[in-house]
Amino acid sequence: MTSSHANQHRLSIERVSLRYGERHVVEDLSLALPDGEITVIVGPNACGKSTLLRAMSRLLRPTEGRIVLDGADIHRLATRKVAQVLGLLPQSPIAPEGIVVADLVARGRHPHQRAFTRWSRTDEEAVLAALRATGVAELAERSVDELSGGQRQRVWIAMALAQQTDLLLLDEPTTFLDVTHQVEVLDLLIDLNRSRGTTIAMVLHDLNLAARYADHLVAMRDGNVVAAGVPTQIVTPDLVRDVFGLEAQVVADPVSGTPLVVPIGRHHASASAAVVH
Amino acid sequence: MTALLETDLGRSLLAGRRARGRRRALVLAALALLVVATYLLSLMIGHTRYSLGDVLRVVAGQTVPGASFTVGDLRLPRATLALLVGLAFGMGGVTFQTMLRNPLAAPDVIGISSGASAAGVFAIVVLGLSGGVVSVIAVTAALLTALAIYLLAWKDGVVGTRLILVGIGVAAMLDSVVSWVLMRAASWDLQTAMRWLTGSLNDATWDQVVPVLVVVALVAPAMVWLGRDLDLLHHGDDTAAALGVPVERIRILAVVAAVLLIACATAAAGPIAFVAFLAGPIAARLVGPGVSLLVPSALVGALIVLIGDQVGQWAFGTRYPVGVVTGALGAPFLVYLLIRANRSGGSL
Repeated sequence: MTSSHANQHRLSIERVSLRYGERHVVEDLSLALPDGEITVIVGPNACGKSTLLRAMSRLLRPTEGRIVLDGADIHRLATRKVAQVLGLLPQSPIAPEGIVVADLVARGRHPHQRAFTRWSRTDEEAVLAALRATGVAELAERSVDELSGGQRQRVWIAMALAQQTDLLLLDEPTTFLDVTHQVEVLDLLIDLNRSRGTTIAMVLHDLNLAARYADHLVAMRDGNVVAAGVPTQIVTPDLVRDVFGLEAQVVADPVSGTPLVVPIGRHHASASAAVVH
Repeated sequence: MTALLETDLGRSLLAGRRARGRRRALVLAALALLVVATYLLSLMIGHTRYSLGDVLRVVAGQTVPGASFTVGDLRLPRATLALLVGLAFGMGGVTFQTMLRNPLAAPDVIGISSGASAAGVFAIVVLGLSGGVVSVIAVTAALLTALAIYLLAWKDGVVGTRLILVGIGVAAMLDSVVSWVLMRAASWDLQTAMRWLTGSLNDATWDQVVPVLVVVALVAPAMVWLGRDLDLLHHGDDTAAALGVPVERIRILAVVAAVLLIACATAAAGPIAFVAFLAGPIAARLVGPGVSLLVPSALVGALIVLIGDQVGQWAFGTRYPVGVVTGALGAPFLVYLLIRANRSGGSL
C-alpha cells in the first residue's frame, strides 16, 4: 500500500432514468462523484437512493441515459473490468455458513485473478492490509457466523478493500449497527478515503451522520436530486422540510461544526416557536 | 510491500491459509482414493471373487479364463456406469444447491429428474420407442423442465425458495404423469419403464456407458472452470456481480451444464434417488466451508452409487436396485434438512 496515490478512475451519471417493471423510480438524473471525496446520498424511504446506487454499481440497467465509468458506458464494460476499479458493498451480503474471515476477505481478490491462477503473495498482502485497515486481523481464523454485527460489517468492508478499487460504493453500511459501530464504520471509511484517496459514495439513513461524514451531500426526493453540495452550505430547515417533510432546526454540531438537524415534532412545536420568537 | 507478510499477523495468516489448504487437499485425495478402491473392489466382489491381479489384467485387456467374461463384460460396465453417473449426479446436484444457496434445491427434489423420468416412460410406453431415442427425449425433457420451472418461478428475478417450491410442485405433477402412464403399460413395457423410476444399474452395457462418459468428460471440466465464479453466487447475486462475476451468464451456463449431467445420467441409469441431493451436503461437511464443492461432491456422488449398488446386490437376501438403497438413505436426510431449514433458513 503506497499511501494516497492519485485517483485515476471516475464515475458519473448522465441523464439516467431507472425503473422497476412499470414503476419509474428515477427520472432524468445527472450526478458526478467528486474525485477523492466522500459522497453521501440521503433521502426518505423509496426516494430512489438505493436504486441509484445499484445502477451506479452496474446491477441495474438504466432505461434512459448512461452511467459512465472512465468515459465509457459501464454496461458496455466487462463485469470483471468494472470490478477491478469499482467496489461495492451491497445492503445484505451473504456469508456461506462456517466460512472463516480470512477466506471471506480473500474473495475480494476474485476480479484480479484468472481461472486457475494461483493465490499469490500480492493477493495475500492485499488481504492482510485490508484486515489490518478494518481492525479485524485478529479475527482472521474465526468463523464469520461467530462475529458480532459490527465485526461482521468490518469484515465485509475488508473484503471490498481487498478488491483494491479506486471507487467504492456502499449501500447503507451502518444499518443494523448500534451507534458505536456506526461511528466506527464511518470513521474507517474516512481513514480509507484520506489514506488512499478512494472515491466513496454511500447511501445513509441518518441525516446527521451523513452531514458529518460527507464531503459532498446529495439529497434526493421522488427520484430527483433536490440539492447537492457541501453539507454546511446546503443543509437548512427549508431543505429538511423539502426533502423529508420534517420541521426541524439546524444547529452547528458541537463536535464537528457540521450541520446538526434537530427535529421539532408535534409535541414541541409551540416550545420551539417560543424559542425562535 | 513484502514486509507486511513478515509480521506475526502475516505469518499466522499465511499459516492458517496453508493449513486449510492442506486439509482440503488431504480430504480430496482421500475421497479420490476411496473412489478408486471401491471401484476396484466392486470388480472383485461377486458370486465368484477374483483377485486384484486378475481384475487389473482384465482391465488392461488381457484374457483371463472366467474373469474376462464376468469382470470384463458384466462387472466392468456396471461399475464404470456407477462411477460415471455418481460423478454426474454429485456435480450436477451441488451446482443447483450452490446456485440457489439451498440444499433442498437438488435436481431430484425440484423436478428435473422427474422431467427426465416422465419423458422416458412416456417414450417407452406410449410412443413405443426404445434405445438411444429415449435418452435424447429424456435429456431434452429435463432441459425443458428446468426452463419451465425457471420461468414459473420468475418474478423480478429468481428467488431460491420460490423456485424450490415451484419445482416440488412440478415434480409432483410429473410423478403423477409417470403413474398414469404406467397404469396403461403392458407388462413387457413395465420392466423397461421401471428402470426410469427407481434407478438401477442392472444389465449395464457399454452402450449405456459411452454417452455418459462423453458427457462427463466434456461437461465436468467446463463446470470446474466455471466453479470459481459459481462459488461466489453463494454470497448473493449483488455481491457476486460486485466481485466481477457475470451472474446471469454463469447461471445459464451452469444450469445447462448441470441439467446435461443429470439428464444423461438419468437416461443411462434412471433417477438414482437422492444421490444428487446427498452428495453436496456430505461433501460440504467433509471439506469444510469456503471452497468449491464441485469436485468433492462428484467424488462423494460416485462413492454413494458404487457402495449403494454393492449393498443393494449383496447385503440382503434379494438383489435390490441401487435406487432403493440410496432412497432409504436419502429420505431421512431430506426430512432432517426440512426440519432444520424450517428453523434456520438453511444453507449447504
